[in-house]
Amino acid sequence: MNEFVDLAGRLVSHYNQWITVFLMVSGLYIVIARGNMVKKLVGLSLFQTSVYLLYLSAGKILGGTAPILDPDFTVYSHPLPHVLILTAIVVGVATLALGLALVVRINEAYGTIEEDEIFKQDDDRA
Amino acid sequence: MRLDVILRVVTKFILPFMMVFALYVQFHGDYSAGGGFQAGVIAAATIILYALIYGLNAAKRIVSAALVEAMVPLGVLIFAGVGVVGWLTGLNYLDYSNLAYDQVHGQEWGVFLVEAGVFITVSSTMVAIFYAFAGRGRR
Amino acid sequence: MRNLFAVAVLTGIYSFLMASVMLVLDAPDVALTEASVGAGVGTVLLLGTLYLTKTDEARPIHSVALPLFVAVGTAAILIFGVTGTPPFGAADTPVQLAGPDYINRSLPETGIVNVVSSVLASYRGFDTLGETVVIFTAGIAILMLLKRATPPGAGRKD
Repeated sequence: MNEFVDLAGRLVSHYNQWITVFLMVSGLYIVIARGNMVKKLVGLSLFQTSVYLLYLSAGKILGGTAPILDPDFTVYSHPLPHVLILTAIVVGVATLALGLALVVRINEAYGTIEEDEIFKQDDDRA
Repeated sequence: MRLDVILRVVTKFILPFMMVFALYVQFHGDYSAGGGFQAGVIAAATIILYALIYGLNAAKRIVSAALVEAMVPLGVLIFAGVGVVGWLTGLNYLDYSNLAYDQVHGQEWGVFLVEAGVFITVSSTMVAIFYAFAGRGRR
Repeated sequence: MRNLFAVAVLTGIYSFLMASVMLVLDAPDVALTEASVGAGVGTVLLLGTLYLTKTDEARPIHSVALPLFVAVGTAAILIFGVTGTPPFGAADTPVQLAGPDYINRSLPETGIVNVVSSVLASYRGFDTLGETVVIFTAGIAILMLLKRATPPGAGRKD
């Protein structure tokens, strides 16, 4: 009985991490399972958002407030994860755009954005 | 979307407010949520919205591709240059304390200039990426 | 879902939802970034790519057994790791050790009320400089990949 209560308590107190794990694994699954390159990149950005969530939930304090100083508040969430994730989001969209640019060029060279068809064309050429 | 009257008129109403909001996010970043990264993206979104509604060439007449491509390295140079100023005044790289007559004002000036550099690079990079995608054309 | 337009629109909606989650996690700066980047610029770029490529996905020909196995294995490792992390929202975790330091020093040292701004631009200026250079590099790489060279003598055509 006690083990069950302990497990349930752990399930509830770590719920942000469970959501992170779910998002991360579904992003990984999309990257591996889907042959379409645009979908692969969408899966990669899903993976990225799970990391954002992991960092921000580590910095959160229950009962705290946003790290903008105000005399009415004393407990603030940790500002450093916010800084790291803020820059990571903008870098993330820049790298996503780079990936999409590569997809555009691949489509111009091969006429398809499906991984299997590209490998098949390469094999036929070789 | 060149013939859609509602979108064209509403865009004209929204655009100045978007640009002012971007500048507010940029310059009020010391006191509320915001800063160079967010303001840069919002300012780029203003140009992108204009290009989506009025066409790529109309947007390029306002913000030319050459200007955008010059701004991409300019922001990085401003950021790195502010760091070098700290160096020349006898402090560590990217230490802004000697930029003004005392430490607090020096730091405020340094943060202001650095955020300006970030704003220039982020906004121009986003617009340059959009111009590259939109100007590619189907083959 | 075989139509990629739906995927692009759903990604934008997901970004907005993620931005509201970030707001709940006390990160208004990050929420503002995610809302403007993910839902604004990101969706436009995805739609632009779909315009330049294909809008429909082919039917998969491989079985899903291997990716599912990798995903479940990774999930098992991650779940094992999560059980060792501190509970959500606790104030006495190792992560929080440096937090009060930044918050107490920001106003007297830099005069900036928004601690995220002062940490971003001043305390971790090197970090931000690196990120700016990454954005600059990505922008240049995209211009090299996608920009068509205009032949000399080609006039402005509107």
